[in-house]
Amino acid sequence: MRGWKEDDYLPGATIPLGGTARWNKTGSWRALTLPYFDRRLCIDCLLCWVTCPDGCIVMKDDEIQGIDLDYCKGCGICASVCPRGAITMVNKNES
Amino acid sequence: MIIKTERKVTIFTGNQAIAEAMRQINPDVAAVYPITPQTDIAERLSAFVADGLLNVVYVPVESEHSAMSACVGAAAAGARAVTATSSQGLVYMQEVLYIASGLRLPIVMANVNRALSAPINIHCDHSDSMGARDSGWIQLYSENAQEAYDNVLQAVRIAEHEDVRLPVMVNMDGFIVSHGSEVVELLDDKYVTEFVGEYQPAFSLLDVEHTVTIGPFDGLHGHFFEHKKAQIEAMDRARGVILDVGKEFASLTGRSYGLFEEYRLADAEVAVVVLNSAAGTCKIVVDELREQGLPVGLLKLRVFRPFPSAEMADALRNLKAIGVLDRSVSPGLGGPVFAELRSALFDVGARPKVVSFIYGLGGREFRPEHAREAFSSLLDINKTGLVNNLVSYLGIRRRQP
Repeated sequence: MRGWKEDDYLPGATIPLGGTARWNKTGSWRALTLPYFDRRLCIDCLLCWVTCPDGCIVMKDDEIQGIDLDYCKGCGICASVCPRGAITMVNKNES
Repeated sequence: MIIKTERKVTIFTGNQAIAEAMRQINPDVAAVYPITPQTDIAERLSAFVADGLLNVVYVPVESEHSAMSACVGAAAAGARAVTATSSQGLVYMQEVLYIASGLRLPIVMANVNRALSAPINIHCDHSDSMGARDSGWIQLYSENAQEAYDNVLQAVRIAEHEDVRLPVMVNMDGFIVSHGSEVVELLDDKYVTEFVGEYQPAFSLLDVEHTVTIGPFDGLHGHFFEHKKAQIEAMDRARGVILDVGKEFASLTGRSYGLFEEYRLADAEVAVVVLNSAAGTCKIVVDELREQGLPVGLLKLRVFRPFPSAEMADALRNLKAIGVLDRSVSPGLGGPVFAELRSALFDVGARPKVVSFIYGLGGREFRPEHAREAFSSLLDINKTGLVNNLVSYLGIRRRQP
C-alpha cells in the first residue's frame, strides 16, 4: 500500500502502514528545557534508555549515541536518573 | 417455507439464552466486568470456559470502561469480540462506545436494559441504551428471550458485514426477560457455526505482513468529518443488511425479523409504538380490543439505530392516532422514541396525531390496564380529533396533597 495518501479513506481511519507515529514529530511540543548529552561522562548503564517515556535515547552497538530531539518533550527524566551527570537540562534559548 | 433445522426447545431465562448464543457463536475474546451491574450472562460465559465448552479468551476486567477497551483492542487485532453489560455499566463504557464505532470494529454486546441512578434502582428501564443512542452503535431490541437469542446470532452477521462494519448492541428488558424463564427454541451448534461463518477482519494489528495503524491521531486539520460521514453511510446501509440477514435467518429457523414488527396494523386506525417486553402486554390488549371491534394495532420497533424513519412513516401513515410508549425520558424533551417518530412523520401528507406515553421507569410495572388506558385515550383522539395531553404517564402514583 505504498503511495497511500491521507484522503484515501479506509474504514475507521485505518492507515495501511505501520510506524506512522514517526510522522508526527512531537518534539515540537517541547517547552523550555532540553537535554544536553555528554558522551565523555556516559557509562552506558542505559537507565535513561529504560526510563525515557518517548524512546528518544538513540543506541548503536550497545552505546548511547545521543538524544532524538524530534520526539523529546524535555521532561528531564533522563537527566534525573543519570548517575554520572552525563545528561543535563539546558534552556532552549541558550542552546 | 422450508425450515432447515430441527426443533430443539428448552426453558431458558433471557440471560441464559444470550449466554448460549454467545457460546455457539464461539468468539475469540469475551471481555466482561464480572460484578454488579453485570447480569449472569458473564457468569455463565465463565462457566462455559471452566467446563471446557467454550474456547475463548475470557478477560474478567476491572471495569466496563476496560471491558469495552479490551474488546476494542481484541477487535483491532482481528478477533471476534463480545461483551455484556447493563445499566450503569453501559454508562461507564460510554466513552469507549464511540471509539468502537469510530474505528468500525464489529463488536457484539448484550445490554440488559435497567435504570440509571439516582434514586438507586436496579429494575427495567431503557435509559441506559437510549443514552447511548448517538454512539454510532446499531441497536436491536428484543421482546422476549427467543428474540434476544435470535438477535445476538444475527448481530454477528450484521456487525461483520463488509458494507457495515459497526458494533451492535442487543437489548432486552432487565428482570422481566433477563431473569424470567420461558420457552426458547435453540439452533444446533453446527447451524450457528455455519450461519455466523468465519470472521474476516478488514485489518488486523497482528498481521505483520500487512502492517496497519489503527486509531491514529487525525491531525489538527484532519479528516474526522469525512470519516464520520463514512460511518453515517455505513449505518444507513445497515438497514438493508439487517433485512437480508433477517431473511436468511428466517429460512433457517422460520422466525423472520425486519426493522419492526407490525401487529394487526394494516386496518388499524389507532396504534401504539413500543419496544421490548411491553409489546407482549400491549398485544394481549390489542387482541382484547379487537374482539370488541375496535380498530387498534401495534408496531414493535426492533431496530432503533439505524432509525427506520421512512419505513415507519410508510407503515403508520394511514393511522389517525399513534401513542409512542417510552420506558425512558430525556428530561426537558420527553420520550426519545416519541420525539424521533414524530419527526419521522413530519413529511406524511395527512399526519396522524402522535402522543407520548411514559411508562415503567425504574421498573414500575406495566400491566394490561395501562395499555388499555393508552388505547382508550388514542381512541378518544380518533373520535374527537383533539389532543388533551401530549404527554401522559402510565402507572404513576399521584403525589400526596
